[in-house]
Amino acid sequence: MTMILANILIGVTVSLGVIFILVTAIGLIRLPDIYCRTHAASKSATLGVMFILLGVFLHFWLIEGIVNTRIILGIVFLFITGPVGGHVIGRSAYLSGVKMWDQSVKDELAPVIAERKKLDEQK
Amino acid sequence: MKTNDVILQTTTKLIFFIIILFSIHIFFAGHYAPGGGFVGGLLTASGIVLLLLAYDIKTVSTALPINYTVMTAIGLLVALATAAGSIIFNVPFFTHAFDYFDLPLLGKQSLHTAMLFDTGVYLVVVGVTMTIIQSIGADD
Repeated sequence: MTMILANILIGVTVSLGVIFILVTAIGLIRLPDIYCRTHAASKSATLGVMFILLGVFLHFWLIEGIVNTRIILGIVFLFITGPVGGHVIGRSAYLSGVKMWDQSVKDELAPVIAERKKLDEQK
Repeated sequence: MKTNDVILQTTTKLIFFIIILFSIHIFFAGHYAPGGGFVGGLLTASGIVLLLLAYDIKTVSTALPINYTVMTAIGLLVALATAAGSIIFNVPFFTHAFDYFDLPLLGKQSLHTAMLFDTGVYLVVVGVTMTIIQSIGADD
């Protein structure tokens, strides 16, 4: 009975992870500009891989009886680095002048960067 | 224009220690599990490369004042000395030995001379990788 419950838990977590990664892939194709795409890629891919790793951890723990701390470390590592990767990609794209989607309504970073550039010219 | 990298730098400070700890784990696990000197050395080098990406080359060389060329030479010497040490005991070159010891805190562990050879490999891999990257990266 506990084996069936464990298998259901593992199946659900791994399936959820795969669904999140599928959503990421669809988002990468469907979304209009790089900022929306990094939004899709960094958030839901991180969550998807974390769910899959959690499923793997549960499988080895509940079925095989091995506690593999490297998977926990991997989950923590991905949780920290995935969003930061998305942030760095988006920021470098903005600073190198990639245009936003033409229906975007707000650009709060533009005045800050214009002010910085003006300060640089004065020096 | 000077850019603001505070998120990248703060994350690097945190992530660097995880990478270094994992590389040490891989280095020591090499005898019984996948890993060893080569992968451990590459992981350590990639941790230092992450520091180089987040900060500039001067900050990193003040934080880690290591001459990587000397490090490579020490690694080669350690590997050669481990291999040559077997000649003293009148056995063929490169013969390894091991025994079990009761260490304080760690309990019964087997210490193997292959570990010393792996240390040499580790130092050479870190030294060579960092020499290549620093000499390509330094343009002044």
